[in-house]
Amino acid sequence: MTVNPSGWRPTTPANEAGEAQTVTGNRALMLEEPLIFEIGTTEQTGVDFAESPKGASKLGGLERSRPIGLPGLSEPEMVRHYTRLSRQNYAIDLGLFPLGSCTMKHNPRLNEKVARLPGFADVHPLQPQETVQGALEVINQLAFWLLDLTGMHGVAMSPKAGAHGELCGLLCIRAALEARGDKRAVVLVPESAHGTNPATAAFAGYAVENIPANAAGRVDLDALKARLGPDVAAVMITNPNTCGLFEPDMKAISDAVHAAGAFVYCDGANFNAIVGKVRPGDLGIDAMHINLHKTFSTPHGGGGPGSGPVVLSEALAPYGPLPYAAKYPDGTFKIVEEETAAEEHPGGFGRMVAFHGQMGMFTRALTYILSHGADGLKQVAEDSVLNANYILRSLEDVLDAPFGKSGPCMHEAIFSDKGFGDGLSTIDLAKALIDEGFHPMTMYFPLVVHGAMLIEPTETESKASLDQFIAAVRSIAQRAKAGDQSLKAAPVHAPRRRLDETLAARKPVLTYREPEAAAAAE
Amino acid sequence: MRYLPLSDADRSEMLRVVGATNIDALFKDVPAEARLQGPIHGLPPHASELAVERHMAALSRKNMVAGDVPFFLGCGAYRHHVPASVDHIIQRGEFLTSYTPYQPEIAQGTLQMMFEFQTQVARLFGCEVANASMYDGSTAMWEAISMAHRITRRKKSVISSGVHPHYVRVAETMAKFTEDALATALPELTAEPDTERLIGKIDGETSAVVVQYPDILGRITDLTPIAEAAHAAGALLIAVVTEPVALGLIRSPGEMGADIVVGEGQSIGVGLQFGGPYVGLLACREKHVRQMPGRLAGETVDAEGKRGFVLTLSTREQHIRREKATSNICTSSVLCALAFTAHLTLLGERGLRQLAQLNHARACEAATRLAAIPGVELVNDSFFNEFTLKLPVEARPAVHAMVEKGVLGGVSLGRLYPGADALKNGLVVAVTETVTDADIGAFEAALKEAVR
Repeated sequence: MTVNPSGWRPTTPANEAGEAQTVTGNRALMLEEPLIFEIGTTEQTGVDFAESPKGASKLGGLERSRPIGLPGLSEPEMVRHYTRLSRQNYAIDLGLFPLGSCTMKHNPRLNEKVARLPGFADVHPLQPQETVQGALEVINQLAFWLLDLTGMHGVAMSPKAGAHGELCGLLCIRAALEARGDKRAVVLVPESAHGTNPATAAFAGYAVENIPANAAGRVDLDALKARLGPDVAAVMITNPNTCGLFEPDMKAISDAVHAAGAFVYCDGANFNAIVGKVRPGDLGIDAMHINLHKTFSTPHGGGGPGSGPVVLSEALAPYGPLPYAAKYPDGTFKIVEEETAAEEHPGGFGRMVAFHGQMGMFTRALTYILSHGADGLKQVAEDSVLNANYILRSLEDVLDAPFGKSGPCMHEAIFSDKGFGDGLSTIDLAKALIDEGFHPMTMYFPLVVHGAMLIEPTETESKASLDQFIAAVRSIAQRAKAGDQSLKAAPVHAPRRRLDETLAARKPVLTYREPEAAAAAE
Repeated sequence: MRYLPLSDADRSEMLRVVGATNIDALFKDVPAEARLQGPIHGLPPHASELAVERHMAALSRKNMVAGDVPFFLGCGAYRHHVPASVDHIIQRGEFLTSYTPYQPEIAQGTLQMMFEFQTQVARLFGCEVANASMYDGSTAMWEAISMAHRITRRKKSVISSGVHPHYVRVAETMAKFTEDALATALPELTAEPDTERLIGKIDGETSAVVVQYPDILGRITDLTPIAEAAHAAGALLIAVVTEPVALGLIRSPGEMGADIVVGEGQSIGVGLQFGGPYVGLLACREKHVRQMPGRLAGETVDAEGKRGFVLTLSTREQHIRREKATSNICTSSVLCALAFTAHLTLLGERGLRQLAQLNHARACEAATRLAAIPGVELVNDSFFNEFTLKLPVEARPAVHAMVEKGVLGGVSLGRLYPGADALKNGLVVAVTETVTDADIGAFEAALKEAVR
């Protein structure tokens, strides 16, 4: 493969008049980093191996004949490459990350230490069961907490993330309906729902219909009741909802749905607001996923891995997936899988993932839960709600708060760009926040609010951190209302200025091509 | 409480600012009868870091640690040495505690890493493009089947008997609900895989043919004739790779005509972790990219003309397309993808080849020694680092008997295919670079005793 021995040289002019240009393109601690394909070679390696004994090849005549094109780096180069890349990322460890509905809370380092104990990290999923009793006990203890915190009857631990949990819940519902010979084709989803809800319903073979929100940002109960009927399998509700509001009619919604022979799925993405304060099981919910990477502090890792256990009502628990960890009266644990499913779990809808779920996340979440305990988790909900209301009330005089009059919010506060001057919108405020050293809020979601800004501070922010954030937003909001066009240029201090997303989508470049290959393809 | 920065004075002051008399006033939308009074009953209160660590460490000691004993398990999860620098990188807070790069100006680290990962996966699989990760191999395989369904507008897939049975179960679960038809079969303990049967099953309604490479018994098959037969019928070939290290030594599926290649990336950079989190790999032809599921990083420029990366082709995804999205996946497995890409960058092509050679040589040696045990037969003619033995006795009790001797001696087919009598004497054995001569010796002795 071709190597660019000098590395990548940016060809950019100085970005601001008067700012000195550097030869390297670096700006002090802001270091540019080429791609591994531009600095590595296929001959370089950062791993030393023992000489491999010469022997017969048993590869069936399928030895590789062509080079692969994988560059290698020595260890110091590799560490530097990724360390430099890491410094171009914003992260919770650096500051407030108020991405609404994502619950970007501090990730305790004890979790990381525990997950790396060899007894958890170095155990194979197919080891004989007598050799993995500790792992099964972790799953069982976590399941116990999740059930107690939610007031539900059963829990499916294997889903790999929130959307996978949604799928699990809908498959349980579908299996329960089919068990009573009832084939229903429609799932109702509020228009304020996360995109995963309708996508999951479609993925599970359902037709999706929207139900509208009322002026107070809640599910329109009358519209919902009017639509319920013998073709509706389930209603997917997010509670607290994506406008940051609790659905006060939740019990009435559940009762109406049950009366129509359907099930209530709750998107548990926002469970952080109510953990220890109210139990979904007391509100008539049949299934709810819990994002361990949100409420229970397992790291978001740049986009996963997550983990999405699903708690189930008594009506749905018999239909949960395989495998699961069961505790027997003699104190031993067992993985119930296909072999004994016919006796032990005959209604289960089957397997939805190869092994037992995100064990590495279970250890972290259990560590977090034990650290906080019942009292601490309640405090988590209270502080997260207090922090969000503090932001709501500290900004509502400078930013439009569409539901500010509806009363307190839960763990996130929603604003809109109503009143911004000439051509400015949510994105401009968001990008200006980057220059102030904050990660922006969730933008343009939920869809029910025009130019939405959804701010979720979480409970792990100090008052000083919130005050600094509030001061920054207030200042930018005032500039936006005054029509300050310089906001359009933000960010100016980030590793990159605004990126051309249209170009990326119009002419997708999804893999690296060596310059001559790229030129030949033109 | 060490994770909560607010003091009681802060709380009082903030309640005053929001105009609430107490914290419960903020929960007034929660119906009073549903509101819990005080902490939930039956659960313990908060605990110190020391106490929690002690509790968790005690649980961890109840497991048998793979690295402490002679260890020979595979079947979709492989124990390789992961260099210390890989774990160091994934613990950088800027990677660990960031999220999906929705704001590219301050997420170039993750985006560039995703772009590099996509390129490495595409090259390793012999494909044109790859996405930036799925949950794991089994869910990636279903996504590929459903992708083929969208491309061919057909709903019938033929699955080789050599595909991991758990992966097949996952596909069967989904197919029940989407009403796709899946033709499946149990493997046979023979040196030859089921290529002919598979080709015979392809017809004008077939959407995809799914083949694992190397397969569940460790056999390596030439995919070329299967690809030709699939393409002749207007179907796609999906190849499933559960041990990507093998591709350091054997031909890539893409080279042999596979249209979509999916895999489990665990064996490069990610530890065993009792089954998760792992990282799903998915690669395909460029012309099918708009039917792909999951995140994609693409190259572009910023307002000053500097190269940069963004999430792209998002109109495929749930947050834009909702019920019309190609998949419901949102959070995927980016941190594990980072471990994969960092480990592969450390290896480079040369290191990967050496690693693969070492695995193959070790496996050849173990196979020869184990097959010399009276009554034990080697099923495979071909294999990479995993092969199947046919024992003179049922394999499952033999595995438990070996545990008694402190040896984790492979995966019994009885565990993977409960009730399949023809397979119950099969034992699948994986041998990686982590296995020593002494380990092979201990395994040999334990197996000899177990089959006697």
